[in-house]
Amino acid sequence: MTTYLLKRVVAAIVVMWAVATLVFFMLRAVPGDPLQAMLFDIGDPSAVAVLRHKYGLDRPVYVQYGLWMWNVAHGDFGASIYGSRVPVVVIIREALPRTMSLAMLAFVIAMAIAVPAGIISAVRKNSALDHGFTFAAFLGLSMPDFWLGIVLIIVFAVHLRWLPAIGYAPLSDGFWPWFKHLILPATAIGTAFSAILARMIRSSMLEVMNMDFITVARSKGLIENRVVMKHAFRNALIPVVTVTGIAFALLMAGAVVVENVFAIKGLGRVLIQGILNRDYPVVQGAILVVSAIFVATNLVVDVLYTFIDPRIRLR
Amino acid sequence: MAEPVPLSDLSALAVPRRRKRPRWLKLLLVDRRALIGLIVLVILVVGALLAPYVSPANPDSMMFDMLSAPSWHHPFGTDDLGRDLLSRVIYGARVSLFVGVVTVLSSMLLGVVMGVLAGYYGGWLDTVIMRYIDLQWAFPNFIIAVYLVAVFGAGLSNVIIAVALAFLDDFARLARSMVLTIRERDYVEAARALGASDLRLMLRHILPNSLAPLIVQATVSVSYAILAEAGLSFLGLGVKASTPTWGLILSDARSFISRAWWLGIFPGVAIMVTVLSINFFGDYLRDLFDVRETAVAEKS
Repeated sequence: MTTYLLKRVVAAIVVMWAVATLVFFMLRAVPGDPLQAMLFDIGDPSAVAVLRHKYGLDRPVYVQYGLWMWNVAHGDFGASIYGSRVPVVVIIREALPRTMSLAMLAFVIAMAIAVPAGIISAVRKNSALDHGFTFAAFLGLSMPDFWLGIVLIIVFAVHLRWLPAIGYAPLSDGFWPWFKHLILPATAIGTAFSAILARMIRSSMLEVMNMDFITVARSKGLIENRVVMKHAFRNALIPVVTVTGIAFALLMAGAVVVENVFAIKGLGRVLIQGILNRDYPVVQGAILVVSAIFVATNLVVDVLYTFIDPRIRLR
Repeated sequence: MAEPVPLSDLSALAVPRRRKRPRWLKLLLVDRRALIGLIVLVILVVGALLAPYVSPANPDSMMFDMLSAPSWHHPFGTDDLGRDLLSRVIYGARVSLFVGVVTVLSSMLLGVVMGVLAGYYGGWLDTVIMRYIDLQWAFPNFIIAVYLVAVFGAGLSNVIIAVALAFLDDFARLARSMVLTIRERDYVEAARALGASDLRLMLRHILPNSLAPLIVQATVSVSYAILAEAGLSFLGLGVKASTPTWGLILSDARSFISRAWWLGIFPGVAIMVTVLSINFFGDYLRDLFDVRETAVAEKS
């Protein structure tokens, strides 16, 4: 187990390094010198030269790469080229809790929809309810999440005036303000995810329900609820965990867009604003952190496997 | 034990030839969702192609009734510049469908070439190609597309390149796994023994036999590519501000959301209906070609 974990962590670090390196060199390979773009708002050529020298931008690319890597390894992502040159680390430290809050709440909402829907669909296979859920899942997968966000704003913020349309309140302001700001964007992101999850739980449950041990549980005289929840659902959960990992990645991807609908200054908004402003240090930093979240999620899912199903022995 | 049938009577065993409906048609007529999906798709494609003839107004001509609600005259209402929303949504179909199809075709071409080369030759070529594909596989396609737009910059052609490259890994993986199974089949061995060249083996024997899962994957990918384009346009990373696209209209709608709900609803319905139809039709293709669900990537 320890060797396996160690291997996986090393592999994760290699992936991160590869992403960082690819992004670094691709940004520099594309026409439109990013170094120029970084300094375009400082008119005086001599000042540009001084700054170029100060930030090591007059050195060969591979030296810059080495320096940048060195700095990143020490937690220094550089500074935004806009405004008062806020360090990228500070921007990300502010944005990260927002994106994580959003993704977590979206996850909870998706589970709250998907688990009952999936179980009911499986237990009452081919009933009207099952067909209804199937169609709803198709709809959920076909709706762009950002559009669902707009629809939710129109309904709950503009017409009903129940919830705020945009913005964010940290959890330290209390649960209710935090929840009030996040429930709409989290629902927008979680819907597509819940559709995938519900389908997955349904097919996994159907497979398990046909197995011998379910017949045994029933013939022992267990009540049906207990058979479904304790025996079937637990075993049906195993394949669901894999798809949960993929889907959590989709949640993060959803957050990137939906944060921009609800004007939440999370990682996604930071990344997109950085791209639109051609603010390279911010873009690089945001990409690195977003990538780290994906890689970490994959790792956690693989490890979770062993806990849910002790039969899986990892090398 | 069954009695041996004399050779002359073998023809009697053959299924009598009747004018039968082909399988694809029979399946299509039974599968109501697929039929609806196909009809909607045909309408959408025809509408997009004939946009200048079917749209009630010029999508760019401004009138004085700004932000007017849906009415007989403007079935979808008008936007902040007094442009007819229905016309803009019809023209928007052109960009969405074009980007969806073009990106997936290029993605498939490139991905299949990479996957076939990796699977057929193996060795270091396989290692190099698959290392890259695995790297991309670790991230959702949409995020890859955003990363690539971050590198290339915004704009329609860059969005097409970015989305095409972002979907590459699905096709490369699929093509490679197909090659690995088919390569070992007897008929490939036979063709090789007859002296067929590598290129001939790949193009004439391996590729045609891996077409079915690739077509299913391509269909699924078109719907995801349309969603990706809409998302990128919505974020302001896509086409120029003047071009009517569904994502961009929705992006502009945000400023008028409290006064003009129709701007925020209809373009999104257009996206949803398009994607839903493609998904319905894709499901039918999956059944038709009997492609197992797991063979086709479920991630977007």
